[in-house]
Amino acid sequence: MHFFSQRTNTVLLVLALVALLLAPLVAYPVFLIKLMCYALLAASVNLLMGYAGLLSFGHAMFFGTAGYAAAHAIKVWGWDGSAAILLAMLCAMAVAVITGLLAIRRHGIYFSMITLAFSQVIYFFALRLPFTGGEDGIQNVPRPEVFGFISLADNTTLYYFAATLVAAAFWLIYRIVYSPFGQVLRAIRDSEARAQSLGYQVLRYKLVIFVLSAALAGLAGALKVITFQLATLNDVNWTTSGEALLICIVGGLQTLLGPVIGAAIIVSMQNYLVAMAEWVLIIQGLVFVVVVMLFRKGIIGQLYAWLETRQARQAAPQEAQSQAERQSRSQTGQGA
Amino acid sequence: MDTLFGIPTAALIGQLVVGLINGSFYALMSLGLSIIFGLLHVVNFAHGAQYMLGAFVAWGLLHYLGLSYWWALILAPLVVAAFGILLERTMLRHLYAVDHVYALLLTFGISILMEGAFRLWFGVSGQPYPNPLQGGIDVGLSFLPMYRVWVILAGLAVCLVTWYFIEKTKLGAYLRAANENTPLVRTFGINVPRMLTLTYALGVGLAGFSGVMAAPIYQVSPLMGSNLMIIVFAVVVIGGMGSIMGSIITGFALGAIEGLTRVIYPEGAGVVIFIVMIIVLAVRPNGLFGRAH
Repeated sequence: MHFFSQRTNTVLLVLALVALLLAPLVAYPVFLIKLMCYALLAASVNLLMGYAGLLSFGHAMFFGTAGYAAAHAIKVWGWDGSAAILLAMLCAMAVAVITGLLAIRRHGIYFSMITLAFSQVIYFFALRLPFTGGEDGIQNVPRPEVFGFISLADNTTLYYFAATLVAAAFWLIYRIVYSPFGQVLRAIRDSEARAQSLGYQVLRYKLVIFVLSAALAGLAGALKVITFQLATLNDVNWTTSGEALLICIVGGLQTLLGPVIGAAIIVSMQNYLVAMAEWVLIIQGLVFVVVVMLFRKGIIGQLYAWLETRQARQAAPQEAQSQAERQSRSQTGQGA
Repeated sequence: MDTLFGIPTAALIGQLVVGLINGSFYALMSLGLSIIFGLLHVVNFAHGAQYMLGAFVAWGLLHYLGLSYWWALILAPLVVAAFGILLERTMLRHLYAVDHVYALLLTFGISILMEGAFRLWFGVSGQPYPNPLQGGIDVGLSFLPMYRVWVILAGLAVCLVTWYFIEKTKLGAYLRAANENTPLVRTFGINVPRMLTLTYALGVGLAGFSGVMAAPIYQVSPLMGSNLMIIVFAVVVIGGMGSIMGSIITGFALGAIEGLTRVIYPEGAGVVIFIVMIIVLAVRPNGLFGRAH
């Protein structure tokens, strides 16, 4: 964000919005929505991992729980789309509060393992509870109306609705990261003991960001279910959490654009190879290995690092010049 | 004593035996994970895939070379350990210096890669593997299949031998020291990188050994690892990562609990371990035997 001038940033943002508006003309809207949902899911994982230092392996439980809630609300109770999405997000947040209270107290890998284990509990509930339909899932979820009069049956209308929500969610992430709250989170990530010694209620901050991240994942889940009209066990499976992680790593942890680029690559790759399920696994595994070994910063991360070195190099001659001036001044001072 | 608390004794003991078998797998696998994590601080997500590799090596040894189960018990863990050494030397070693999450992600990627490759090669259905110990023993209360008894006893023996090796022998002490304070131990002239490699190979070899033992019981399929790993992670969380004896005790105990649940309340068998995990975490956040990190 700080690599370009304010004006360049604004121009880029406007271009991005235009691209978002015109995208359905060049690509299949449902594919674009899938891309956005996975980008948002990855962004929620990234928010937790990159800025709070909490690696969650269980985000599928928020994604899937919200999906089931939205599907049930729309199909069985006939709710309005917006209400269903809100309910879905609240369900995801409820799960986050319950699991977070137990998981937050642990650090590092223990936290990750606990989120994974909780995710399995949710998977088991999804498998067993009658309303989730077990192995069949909730099928044929009708496209709902939103705000009482906008029907989402048309793919393009749905795309614009989803794009608005996802853009708002990303804007929310941006505001969270670059806010005093976000600064405290980063302080906690860098040195929890010090943050606590400064008087911050570390556990409370962690729980809040955990629940916020879950809400965003829930939004992604609800949108995905509305679009594909299907809520399945796959949404709560740990492989979905793994995919979100893969997208984060490929795009670049601790970046805002990373999840978007990562999702574009991974979802496109899955789409392209849909006939060859095993090859998808192999390629995903290879991508993981290659990115972790060679491109740890991810695509956007690598780009930012390159921009930073370029900026430092441009500033360096100025630095050298001012240093030389200072030296000559002190020399003449000494001489005199 | 035909029934115990209203449940037929034969069924109770039968399910308890099954539970202890599962428990020995949980114990072996979580032991391997604990060794690798406790000493290398790396969560070896590829453990399940290495378990699956062990089973497939055993199957391959039988199918292509005609070597029996007893040969496989010795050779397969060595093959899997060799694979682990290769992995550690080429890739894992470079990640010790950076945040440990990258090592986790690497092993995660390896596990997906292996599962995909084996699925491509064999499909998702399982390959059968013959039972090397036919027959059973009648202990009056119940009839115990020989192979199942062997699994429990062999699993327990291997766990205890490994524990003894790590905690009580000189080489084990070197391993623990090398992982705890690498620079200092290096100054003593001990080849630390080799110790780290050996640690990983040991953990991975245990996974391979579990795979061979599992082959006659469960179908040898590419999915066998990932199904087991989730439960093993819960076991490790309950026992406390990094505690060797803790993993062994917790593994067997949870296996027994799961077996008993299967008799008393069959629907809950799949989730009882996670319920135990939630209870344990609420009471002891570091796990039953873990230390505060």
